[in-house]
Amino acid sequence: MNDKLRILFNGIIAENPTFVLMLGMCPTLGTTGSAINGMSMGLATMAVLICSNVVISMIKNFVPSKVRIPAYIVVIAAFVSVLQLVMEAYVPSLYATLGIFIPLIVVNCIVLGRAESFASRNGVFDSALDGIGIGLGFTVALTLLGAVRELLGTGKIFDATIYPEQYGSLVFVLAPGAFIALGLLIALFTKLRAAK
Amino acid sequence: MKSNLINMVLSLGVITIVAAAALAGVYSITEQPIAQAKAQKQKDAIGLVLPGVQYDNNPAEEAAEVTVDGETVKLFPAMAGGKLAGAAVESHDNNGFSGLITVMYGFDAEGNITGYAVMQHAETPGLGSKMGEWFCDPAHTIVGMNAANNNLTVSKDGGDVDAITAATISSRAFLRALTLANQAYEQFAARQ
Repeated sequence: MNDKLRILFNGIIAENPTFVLMLGMCPTLGTTGSAINGMSMGLATMAVLICSNVVISMIKNFVPSKVRIPAYIVVIAAFVSVLQLVMEAYVPSLYATLGIFIPLIVVNCIVLGRAESFASRNGVFDSALDGIGIGLGFTVALTLLGAVRELLGTGKIFDATIYPEQYGSLVFVLAPGAFIALGLLIALFTKLRAAK
Repeated sequence: MKSNLINMVLSLGVITIVAAAALAGVYSITEQPIAQAKAQKQKDAIGLVLPGVQYDNNPAEEAAEVTVDGETVKLFPAMAGGKLAGAAVESHDNNGFSGLITVMYGFDAEGNITGYAVMQHAETPGLGSKMGEWFCDPAHTIVGMNAANNNLTVSKDGGDVDAITAATISSRAFLRALTLANQAYEQFAARQ
């Protein structure tokens, strides 16, 4: 049981994809203009990650090693396309906000990275847990970054006003602020981890 | 697993066929909800930009295309008793601060602007993206203006409209799209 818990929490803290592995920086910087966008992007990636991890751990014994990367990419791309269609149909406003970043989950190195380094070597259940753990780690990181940027930029968190908008500094909503906020959060996370 | 030509071709073939079949299945399930969501968005926008205009038809079903200076816009006529009572015009401009903006504008029978709804844009968050609220804020609204009486350019260019603070380029694009919509509406009204 402890083993399973370790797999789950591994992705959230020890191997947090954003703060420790520093993978998938493009969607991290691009979609975290607000907390809700960051969280949606994290959850969308998590859905793909769990599905692709499960399927890849199931087919790992039937895929010849020379063609495993294209095989994994086809699996991942199929799940991303499914997710895209479903989001466009049932949550069109969210789909419009995240736009190009949804199809780009295909090339998110976190997803392929977990397929190659975890799902292709472990069982179905463990792979699903790894998908949930890494997905949660990504979601938490993106939500946190989005919340910080939204708070400093517009004075709101999840659209709830904390202080008047005119005191916010717009730079945090724009690209340069994304780099600054991400750098500071990584520093903070590293310090907290070292203190343990 | 050791690779040879046969098992490589077979495994990739099977995986792609299964993936394609799964995608085709999901596509056929989501095709209708996607079309509905798009139609609903358009219908909502038409209702939103024509407040106070009385009409008895379904503008979304009577869409017409009008071409002004090589630019084609979609026009949704609102009819009351067979006469033109106003229209929602889905107009666009390619020179926003980050490219294309698409806005739906509403006009009544006299050509007064009744409202607008931003359909699509990629303007800077916090600056140009304010266009959704800015031009209907009572302090600097375009609602009620009429191209016949008002100069629909930003005050910096000698017009009657206050540009969004620090987003003049976005404001100009917004007003160019408005002018295009207005011309399309006049052209359409003249044909009636």
